[in-house]
Amino acid sequence: MDKLHLSEHISQQFNEELEEVRSKVLQMGGVVEEQLNKAVKALITGSEDLAAEVVQNDARVNALEVEIDDDCTRIVARRQPAASDLRLVMAVIRTINDLERIGDEVKRVAKTVGDELRGTLEEDVRQELEHMGEQVSRMLTSVLDAFARTDPDAALAVSKADRKVDVKYKAITRQLISYMMQDHSSIPVILNVLWAARALERIGDRCQNIAEYVIYLVIGKNVRYASIDEIMAELEAD
Amino acid sequence: MTNDATEMNLAPDHSHPAIPEDLDLGPVEITVDKLNLWYGEAQALKDIDMQIADRKVTAFIGPSGCGKSTLLRCFNRMNDLIDSCRVDGSIRLNGKDINANTVDVAELRREVGMVFQKPNPFPKSIYENVAYGLRIQGVNKRRELDETVEWALKGAALWDEVKDRLHTPAFGLSGGQQQRLVIARAIAVQPEVILLDEPCSALDPISTLKVEELINELKKDYTIIIVTHNMQQAARVSDFTAFMYLGELIEFGETDQVFTRPRIKQTEDYITGRYG
Repeated sequence: MDKLHLSEHISQQFNEELEEVRSKVLQMGGVVEEQLNKAVKALITGSEDLAAEVVQNDARVNALEVEIDDDCTRIVARRQPAASDLRLVMAVIRTINDLERIGDEVKRVAKTVGDELRGTLEEDVRQELEHMGEQVSRMLTSVLDAFARTDPDAALAVSKADRKVDVKYKAITRQLISYMMQDHSSIPVILNVLWAARALERIGDRCQNIAEYVIYLVIGKNVRYASIDEIMAELEAD
Repeated sequence: MTNDATEMNLAPDHSHPAIPEDLDLGPVEITVDKLNLWYGEAQALKDIDMQIADRKVTAFIGPSGCGKSTLLRCFNRMNDLIDSCRVDGSIRLNGKDINANTVDVAELRREVGMVFQKPNPFPKSIYENVAYGLRIQGVNKRRELDETVEWALKGAALWDEVKDRLHTPAFGLSGGQQQRLVIARAIAVQPEVILLDEPCSALDPISTLKVEELINELKKDYTIIIVTHNMQQAARVSDFTAFMYLGELIEFGETDQVFTRPRIKQTEDYITGRYG
């Protein structure tokens, strides 16, 4: 690390504050990652115990968000950060917001396991969901890694990966609709599967948001509504 | 060069041009072209090229000894007062070369007013401080003086605080009020440009905010150049920021850009408080 040169401030205390906030984001990311993996496992195995653990642990994610948010507010008030320091604080505030929302989506996935599914997934749907869960989990790992290394190219790769998740989500939706048409009595259960898939798709979107914050942090340009091609052009121009 | 500048301990960065190609200044008041300045053997300014936008606030920032005050003092030829000082290159104010032999320096200083770090009112009344420049110009009519004094004090956001004691000594005012009085004295002669050399460094925070608010008002009518050590102040008050280092202009750009994504690493290191 230290593309951000966080250790080079004349104020040692400022160095420490920024470093701490940065490492807390990674810590929070680690917790969310663990939650996601457990929720996907609970979904495909139908383990209600694991699902309940995930629901309970969401409070940890929320607590970390509040803590980091307070840290950022304090840094802005006391240090008036500028340039890359300012962009780091802004990127952190946005990132923890998306991480917290990812935590909520994960909780939603876990709740469907406990409330409705109870191991009734068809084998092919189960496989599709497992695959989608792996895709999303990889995106989260990669984007946290891109954040840790402040690597805009790695972040761009995460943005690109979100397209695949969207394709997978559409495929699962089509499959589930055909099941619902075949057997009307299955609709309540299948709707829950659909919501779980929807939650995973949303997690992909939020990983893409975080990827965009990493790009903002490094090159100082807001690429939130830019296409992949436009982002690539910005990265090349920088 | 003083110690602060050399502490960064790096040669000025020339990897990128100091001024972005697409910078839009709007109408230009002052054009500086290849300006070099020496105090005896020591070169204090090196090849400065820059333009100052009309009726905008331009801030000069940089470590002590970087040349920012020296550059500021070039704009109304205050450096003429220093015997060992030698200048080449040109500074044009609305197209005319201010260093030409034909320029009347007193007239130049009317056009380009200056306010210093420590308030320096004359040992006279508030009224006479503001009327001073007009009297020198030969204005003696009571009504004309009254009107201009009131107008200038209002322009400097001081009128309401002093209107009932115009004929009391200026030294009875607080530091912040004295600084605004000096600004009123500068604008009474209707300059084009106002140079502010660390105008708030001797003021308390509230007086500082009042002067900053005043700067924002004044830019409707005057071109303002401010030298400040307070980077947050530069970020708050200016439209354009110039970062100088070891006598060179390192980066010049819109203040928003300079403080959120500086193009040059030395600027970044300076405004974020890093070692070079």
